[in-house]
Amino acid sequence: MPKDHGIGASVKRREDIRFLTGTGNYTDDITIHGQAYAVFVRSNVAHGRIVSVGAEAAKGMPGVLAVFTGEDFKDVGGNPAGWLIKSRNGEAMREPKRPVLAHGKVRHVGDAYAAVIAQSYNEAKTAAQAISDASVIEELPAIVDMRQALADTSNRVHDELPDNECFDWGWIEDNRAKVDEAIKSAPHVTTLNLINNRLVPNAMEPRASIGEYFPGTGDYKLTTTSQNPHLTRLLVAAFVLGIPENKLTVVAPDVGGGFGSKIYHYGEEALVLAAAKKLKRAVKWTAERSESFLTDAHGRDHVTKIELACDLEGNFIAFRTETMANVGAYLSNFATVTPTFLHGTLMAGPYKVPNVYVNVKTVFTNTAPVDAYRGAGRPEATYSLERVVDKMCRELGLDPFEVRRKNFLTPDMFPYTTPVGLAYDTGNYHATLDKAIQLGDVAGFEARRAASAAKGKLRGLGLSTWIEACGIAPSNLVGILGARVGLYDAATVRVNATGNVSVMVGAHSHGQSHETVFAQIVGAMFGIPEGSIEIVHGDTSKIPFGMGSYGSRSLAVCGQAMANACDKVIAKGKKIAAHMLEANEGEILFSDGVFSVSGTNRSKTFGEIAFSAYVPHNYPLATLEPGLEETAFYDPANFTYPAGAYICEVEVDPDTGKVDIASFTCADDFGNVMNPMVVEGQVHGGVVQGIGQALLELGVYDENGQLLTGSYMDYAMPRADDVPFVTVDHSCSTPCTHNALGVKGCGEAGAIGSPPAVVNAVLDALNRAGKKIDHIDMPLTPSRVWSAMNA
Amino acid sequence: MIDFEFVKPLTVADAVKALAAEGAQALSGGQTLTPTMKQRLATPSVLVSLNGIAAMRGVSVSGGTVTVGAATTHATVAREATAYPALAALAGGIGDMAVRNRGTMGGSLANNDPAACYPSAVLGSGATVVTNTRSIAADDFFQGMFTTALEEGEIITAVSFPVPLKAAYVKFNQPASRFALTGVFVAKFADGVRVAVTGASNNGVFRWSEAEAALSASFSAAAIAGLVVPSDDMIADMHGTAAYRANLVKVLTGRAVTAA
Repeated sequence: MPKDHGIGASVKRREDIRFLTGTGNYTDDITIHGQAYAVFVRSNVAHGRIVSVGAEAAKGMPGVLAVFTGEDFKDVGGNPAGWLIKSRNGEAMREPKRPVLAHGKVRHVGDAYAAVIAQSYNEAKTAAQAISDASVIEELPAIVDMRQALADTSNRVHDELPDNECFDWGWIEDNRAKVDEAIKSAPHVTTLNLINNRLVPNAMEPRASIGEYFPGTGDYKLTTTSQNPHLTRLLVAAFVLGIPENKLTVVAPDVGGGFGSKIYHYGEEALVLAAAKKLKRAVKWTAERSESFLTDAHGRDHVTKIELACDLEGNFIAFRTETMANVGAYLSNFATVTPTFLHGTLMAGPYKVPNVYVNVKTVFTNTAPVDAYRGAGRPEATYSLERVVDKMCRELGLDPFEVRRKNFLTPDMFPYTTPVGLAYDTGNYHATLDKAIQLGDVAGFEARRAASAAKGKLRGLGLSTWIEACGIAPSNLVGILGARVGLYDAATVRVNATGNVSVMVGAHSHGQSHETVFAQIVGAMFGIPEGSIEIVHGDTSKIPFGMGSYGSRSLAVCGQAMANACDKVIAKGKKIAAHMLEANEGEILFSDGVFSVSGTNRSKTFGEIAFSAYVPHNYPLATLEPGLEETAFYDPANFTYPAGAYICEVEVDPDTGKVDIASFTCADDFGNVMNPMVVEGQVHGGVVQGIGQALLELGVYDENGQLLTGSYMDYAMPRADDVPFVTVDHSCSTPCTHNALGVKGCGEAGAIGSPPAVVNAVLDALNRAGKKIDHIDMPLTPSRVWSAMNA
Repeated sequence: MIDFEFVKPLTVADAVKALAAEGAQALSGGQTLTPTMKQRLATPSVLVSLNGIAAMRGVSVSGGTVTVGAATTHATVAREATAYPALAALAGGIGDMAVRNRGTMGGSLANNDPAACYPSAVLGSGATVVTNTRSIAADDFFQGMFTTALEEGEIITAVSFPVPLKAAYVKFNQPASRFALTGVFVAKFADGVRVAVTGASNNGVFRWSEAEAALSASFSAAAIAGLVVPSDDMIADMHGTAAYRANLVKVLTGRAVTAA
């Protein structure tokens, strides 16, 4: 019988009870007495000079309480980029101010330049339209295409900058000459130009924020859809509004998905706080879906040229990448790290390639800001690598499986420092590849292909092997690389007098199942039932100063902080037990919830120790404090490095170009697994997002900077019948060597590994059918596939 | 959405009267109208629901004709138009369950979205659109994207479909909306074959007359193999080029013939 509790058990998610019965508590579910409503006036044009804002038009309209414009915020701070990146020439990146409301110019469709607060949402919306109609915005030519943006310095997104480039980054610059030389003298070079398509995050819950101000104390409260309430508090308080941090509470209650887009601080959060202070009443804003499309930070959007140099047997000699990365109109908080340190440092993949160089130019355009989206930089790196390797195999007539095998790092090579600076601690890439081949029944492919052919379908098989750096930390390293924040995490474990436990964590759960999985770990460590453990997250007034959830960091960073705090509680418990059992502390053992004196039958239960901690009658108070509560901050020594091998089989309809995914197999190494069911769910979700990117999703702006895919009528989200059952395995585990839990992180894996597997499979199908097609850019829509076949 | 008055008359006559009011707009399922109102792109002051008119609901069969009340939902057509299986199957493939439970045939035809399914069935069957004032042949009803022969205030009350010997509708989904990127309705009658195409043309639903001639001579996919669909008037957008849609017209016509 499988385990039903503890580490490694597929414990059912406790959070599902409220999520599946409609009793969750999301920001928009919360109504504060006297609450007013904010609606933003957003630019209809991609690029324009604000001649006048028709704020007067709203004055006196029914229900209108206040109007804000960019003028009201021109003297407060801007929303900063979280990482300072330097160009190859040593210059710091260009960092234009990102205001709460646009002032002087609007820079993308949806850019808010005014806001109305009214008694009701409808009244605010009507007034916002009146302001929009009365405003004069002189339209300027839109800057949309990155190449044009770099070429034309006369038309600039930010007038104060000399051109539209944010930075021109080389990694590692010292490798450059050596890589150039290696490519020049290599027996074979494969070159591939590709686009990593722009994606819109589409969390199920749109962004929403409620601002409150308490005049009696001068305190503020922001309830908001955030993946990291402390980071939001820091940005709003210290950088934008200048509120003392201790006077602002940020609460992120239930949050319906983020995928990166809710890491960042957005101007709407600052606005509702400023409005709440001015009006002395709560102010709520909830995005409409169309606002989400226009203003949530988008993902990806890279234009890349990658070259792979190798010998004629397919042994890799060098990778060289030139990428243009779109950052949109303003720098979102992680916009500068995503295409650089989360992308360039992964460009060695799981391979023992000696020469790697990456150049990334980031470009301002009149489009929504672009930032980290599930995987963040690592899907872009994996896609470039796995596509160019696939192309090379076809050019040289080599077997893609064998080429991976001969280039993989081998287990004896760890720890291994790549040419792009990461130190992989452990892994076994041959094992995951073999497992994927076995589970995906690669041996049976030819028979399945024949069966597809008999139905008139073209079958193909695609392989992708991937590695990522996650568990985003450590502060020492990221500080050197330009991070302006630390990337530790924190947890407080409070054992209550009656023996149950409240665990306050810095990580934030917006779909990740922390409430279940963290309780499994604490329960196992304390030897107490998981039902007596509560995981508290999302409220800066309750939790320690952690950094939130993104970059597959919750378990590897915050989970380890929590385990460390549990260790401290056990150590304190031993002191209390030694006192109660009249023994030396060194004689106390703790196991299965019982403190005992070594070699005796004298013992106290966890509950008895807890009670005694809070009823400390007869305590030696000089040497033993009452209470049983400990906090730990944990800052890891390194990133963690999950890796895996994905195999996708597709059927292509040659008459229509439609791609159906016949099967998808994942063999991943996540290190130790706490809850297999949750891990499988994470991989399923990630793979579906990756399939969405590969086949369906595309954020498209036209030449005027209008978002053509601004609704579900044109932006294709993957649905249940677009995806197959996904075979998931995580048995090839090499535990992380630098955290005690031995965990690596699984949240982004599926979205990282799957797009190249799908695209490689489609190209395999087409080439087997005699169509010499090197590449098709994602998404591989029926029209694109058919057009490539009939070019 | 801004405030509006809502009325739900019980007879066609009362509905016609209500629609005469300033800013009145008929509501028949609202699968297009209500999202448009939420975006404030439509701001009727009076919504006249046609759902309360019993005479406009239901499916009936008489001789070789299936008549569908204009306020009949897609779900009901899918379930009850068993005498015309191709029509029932088409209705069962529109949108999702929620859309099929609200959307109506009359609403869809009056809107005449160029990617809607029903216009192809009406035109492909040579059906008759019955209104409160007259009967309109399908060939006269559809007049280009979102344009029909309906006069201001005129209400579709029913649609009569002559049941063909064989028929089928094959739709290729637009990946995002799942409207028809292209859909083809083929119907074989004793006196010839009709082929109606939705989703593909800048001019809305149309009959592919070359295919009709070829299929009338020989009702098989092979009969159209030599035909070329010109792409000049085809829609080109991010979901498909004009040439792609022209290809789909031919591929789907062949598939519909095989399925019929």
